[in-house]
Amino acid sequence: MSTGIASAAAGLTRPFATVSPRTRTRIPLIVTAVLLVVMFSVGSLRYEGFLSAQVVLNLLIDNGFLLVVAVGATFVILTGGIDLSVGSMVALSTMLTAWLVESHGWPLATVMPLVLLVGAASGTLMGWIIHTFEIQPFIVTLAGMFLARGLCYTISTESITISDPTTAGIAQTRLYGPGGLFVSIPVVIALAVLVIAFVVLHHTRFGRNVYALGGNESSARLMGLPAGSTKIAVYAVSGLCSALGGLLLTFYMLSGYALHAMGMELDAIAATVIGGTLLTGGSGFVLGTALGVLVLGVIQTVVNFQGTLSSWWTRIVIGALLLVFIVLQRLMSGRRPAAA
Amino acid sequence: MTPQPAKSEAVGGIGRRLAGHRLLWPTLILFALLLGNLAFHHDFFSVRVRDGHLYGSLIDILQFGAPLTLVALGMTLVIATRGIDLSVGSTVAIAGALACGHISTAAHPGSVATMLTAVALALGVALVLGLANGFLVSGLGVQPIVATLILMVAGRGVAQLITDGQIITVTSGPYKMIGGGYWLTFPFAVLLATALVALTAFITRRSALGMLIESVGGNPAASRLVGIRAGGLLALVYVFSALCAAVAGLMISSNVSSADGNNAGLWIELDAILAVVVGGTALTGGRFSLGGTVLGALIIQTLSTTVYTLGVPPEITLVFKAFVVIVVCLVQSPVFRAKVLRRRRTTTPRSHTTAGAAPQQQEVRA
Repeated sequence: MSTGIASAAAGLTRPFATVSPRTRTRIPLIVTAVLLVVMFSVGSLRYEGFLSAQVVLNLLIDNGFLLVVAVGATFVILTGGIDLSVGSMVALSTMLTAWLVESHGWPLATVMPLVLLVGAASGTLMGWIIHTFEIQPFIVTLAGMFLARGLCYTISTESITISDPTTAGIAQTRLYGPGGLFVSIPVVIALAVLVIAFVVLHHTRFGRNVYALGGNESSARLMGLPAGSTKIAVYAVSGLCSALGGLLLTFYMLSGYALHAMGMELDAIAATVIGGTLLTGGSGFVLGTALGVLVLGVIQTVVNFQGTLSSWWTRIVIGALLLVFIVLQRLMSGRRPAAA
Repeated sequence: MTPQPAKSEAVGGIGRRLAGHRLLWPTLILFALLLGNLAFHHDFFSVRVRDGHLYGSLIDILQFGAPLTLVALGMTLVIATRGIDLSVGSTVAIAGALACGHISTAAHPGSVATMLTAVALALGVALVLGLANGFLVSGLGVQPIVATLILMVAGRGVAQLITDGQIITVTSGPYKMIGGGYWLTFPFAVLLATALVALTAFITRRSALGMLIESVGGNPAASRLVGIRAGGLLALVYVFSALCAAVAGLMISSNVSSADGNNAGLWIELDAILAVVVGGTALTGGRFSLGGTVLGALIIQTLSTTVYTLGVPPEITLVFKAFVVIVVCLVQSPVFRAKVLRRRRTTTPRSHTTAGAAPQQQEVRA
């Protein structure tokens, strides 16, 4: 049975064998872009008011935090690792912010750096354990996921609503552009993170190390690249991005709650994969991740516009898309399927 | 399940054999936890017969631990092949939703035939889900975490689709039997779990299957070269894991006579991985211990029960579990042992050699 499957897979791979590897890795990204255009076109044909610039901006307003988290996940996945703790870290950040600001009256200007520090530190710690003791990333970050979620509950099992005027002020600020279009402050922050990540990944030595580490860890090591510190750094980046994503979600929700961002690690991974980043590492595009986030956002928007569809359809469609893109990547990468 | 000493080990004393046994630590932890409970509740160990049923805290742990034991059983074989199955929680939810959905719309909800059809339906769909996971892992060579992540994400959606976002309640005597019934004074769920564990142990340890699975986990490429059909075996363990999860889902939904697409089996994949790892099966694959997994599942269940009886908010168990995962994984990590426990090793070179050789000999027997 296995040989049948393997040969079928090999047969499917053959049509792409003539395509150059460089183009082949871009195919998922092109598919995503086409998908985004198709979804938008179908949406605007079916639903009144779907095709407007504000709907596009709303996608960013509603998914800015996911974009930041997914950018962090892209760093980790590019090295061939995985970070399952991001959703819980987001929840912990909302909880910490709400708790310190509301229950302790700390100024937001103190709380924000502190939360970012907590995120970066826990990411660094997980990266250090993964690197030093050579334990699989998923089990370490799985423990991080439990720990962060559990710590949320030790703060409070209830939702903490934020009424602090500074926080509410930032959350409600609208930045108006031409034609009465507006975005929120978190959108600007999220786009800034995206640009920084792009520059870091494509124009710095650290970025090249990330790609090299994901391509082949032992060759990277033999070439004298700092494999260990790079590995620890990507988890630190992911932790920092989750904490920042958590802050943005706090502004979006104006509350801290242990049940916030349930399953966001999956959304972040899905956005990264749909954006053309290979889960085996070494190849991918952080701008593609932004496209992936938009695709997830459009699915959500379509489900909302349809009205008759229930919210669980979102998860099913995201799962199905993830499946399609993983299979697509598998066929595009042209590698012989490994047995395990 | 009882450990049989290997011939070459008979040279050492019984004490040394016990001290070196893989199941020693899990057993000690379980006993320590149970004794800890005894300190808080003096009737913790008492088991009475009431209305013809066994009744007591220990029986509760066994009964509520039965679904986790089953999920962990399937997970053990998957982990032995160096894989992981994150989709079991969703499979639990889907199985419960399908069975309860079928019974609630059936003409005779209370009949045995309806119950059997519901069970068959749940197992049939689990078979398909397991095959899908198996195909992604063995046919397409997708990493197991990712392959099963898909079903983990989409599966909850599917379960909610089946239940229409509601909690379906059913009243069916035969269905109630699976998770909440008693047979010969024993909880039926415990008997069912025991039977499935025993059957799995028999098949994997009395035939070559267990060794083939360990071989695929130990070195997939080498296994393929010696002619083991690794692909088929991989698909098989994912199907097995899905079926175990489905039975667990039937137990859970039967015990509460309802199916909740959102919360049934939530985080059970994490508990199951924890049970397997605490039981001494390494996440790096290549060896497994079913006895250890059963002990691991009982430890996790006892831990949860303890937290409940202590009055600590149950959510905080997550923090405990996180520490347990990390500590157990660190202790299992060869690098950690080399770096931190090096001193102990070098002072006792004898134990170094026996520790290296003993586990391999026990492998086929535990």
